[in-house]
Amino acid sequence: MAQIDEKIVDLIVDISGEDEVAEERDIDLFEEEILDSMAAIELLVAIKDEFGVTIAPTELDRSEMNTVNKVIARVTERL
Amino acid sequence: MEFFAEPAFFALCVPIVAVAIVLGVLERSLGRYSLVASVAMLFLMFFRTPGTLIYAAVYLVVSAVLYRMVLNLFATKNPHAVAQYRVALALQLLPLVAYKVGVLVTTDFPGFLGISYITFKSVQVLIETRDGLITDMTTLEYLGFLSFFPTFTSGPILRSRTFVENVRTPLGRDGYLDRLYRGIGWFVLGVLYKFVGAALAQWFMWFVPAYVGQGAFGWLITVFGYGLYLFFDFAGYSDMAMGLGLALGIEVPRNFRAPFVAVDIKEFWDRWHMSLSTWLRDFVFMRFSAFALGRKLFKSRLTCACLGFMLNMVLMGAWHGLTPDYLVYGLYHGLLLAGCHLMQKKWKFYKKHRRDRWFKVVSWVLTMVAVFFGFALFGGYVVSPLLG
Repeated sequence: MAQIDEKIVDLIVDISGEDEVAEERDIDLFEEEILDSMAAIELLVAIKDEFGVTIAPTELDRSEMNTVNKVIARVTERL
Repeated sequence: MEFFAEPAFFALCVPIVAVAIVLGVLERSLGRYSLVASVAMLFLMFFRTPGTLIYAAVYLVVSAVLYRMVLNLFATKNPHAVAQYRVALALQLLPLVAYKVGVLVTTDFPGFLGISYITFKSVQVLIETRDGLITDMTTLEYLGFLSFFPTFTSGPILRSRTFVENVRTPLGRDGYLDRLYRGIGWFVLGVLYKFVGAALAQWFMWFVPAYVGQGAFGWLITVFGYGLYLFFDFAGYSDMAMGLGLALGIEVPRNFRAPFVAVDIKEFWDRWHMSLSTWLRDFVFMRFSAFALGRKLFKSRLTCACLGFMLNMVLMGAWHGLTPDYLVYGLYHGLLLAGCHLMQKKWKFYKKHRRDRWFKVVSWVLTMVAVFFGFALFGGYVVSPLLG
């Protein structure tokens, strides 16, 4: 489990270029402008490459994947 | 009968809504009823031209068949599913594409009022069925969604999953009345916008230039009035459609949210014709980006985003019509969005000052100038005169 968490944090840090998300896992990624819609798609593509989990672009509402913890939950429940 | 324009339309809406209110208060589902009402209204709209009536009916039936086919393809894990899905998608797009090209050749090319908007809905259903997000929508529910008369001719563009959820979820009396009251509010606002706001704007754009002359100033006045007219006319129509939809128990999405307060062009498109811009974002921009990023077609995410914006807006322009005015309009907004995106990502000055009040004021003024010039392109006040 812990491994998945870390991989996802790494992906988000990598895509956004912001380190703080590693510590603050409940901040709103879109409101804080850490992710925009382009970065969100990049994250979906990266999640597919890394975990083989496909999340369709309109499958989730933004409110369902707007924090690091929510992204982790969405991926974990699909593994 | 023309929807939302002729007195006959509004007169017919009275008994239709009255029955909906009785059903809603008795806590009955409105799904079947709104399908019957929609089919009746579409019949009244098209029956004078039997050709279009038949075309619209065939379109609905063929769309339902294509949906069932795609649903079966992925449910049975057919090995050729993806290829066959692409054929279905192409067939679904064909009537609109043929129509847009065909009208360039002859204005009599077969089509029906609403073909542009219904295509968004049927394409959304095929794509999301392929994504596995639509698994149990019944054929009747799908026909109810496609034919839903308040939004049939000009949107707002409904999404099938919201529609089906609305139809299936029992509202209870209070839940229905809440939608009804909100619907009445939107409808009244829409009437004011369309029949007062748009009429005043039209008066302004026609009469003021007659006094100030047809020179550059007259042109500016005309374009300013035209932009306001576009807003009041379309927002007014959209709000009426939303109100009528709510009275039938359906949460029709909002199309406009104060577009003239936007401080950058991205924000403008988050506020202007929103059901179109979010559709394009979800089914063009995001799909294109996911495709391009997945195959690493571009070195940088920035290039990919800029091309995505261009593709999105050029398609939007072409969807309005394959004329120089609309195509330039689409290209123009594509360039503006790409430029805005580059500025936000690369310009340090922007990052430092974007929250300052003076910066927002300057940005707002520039955005409005760009927006109204866009209206001038859209309305044929720039390209057509230049082309003679």
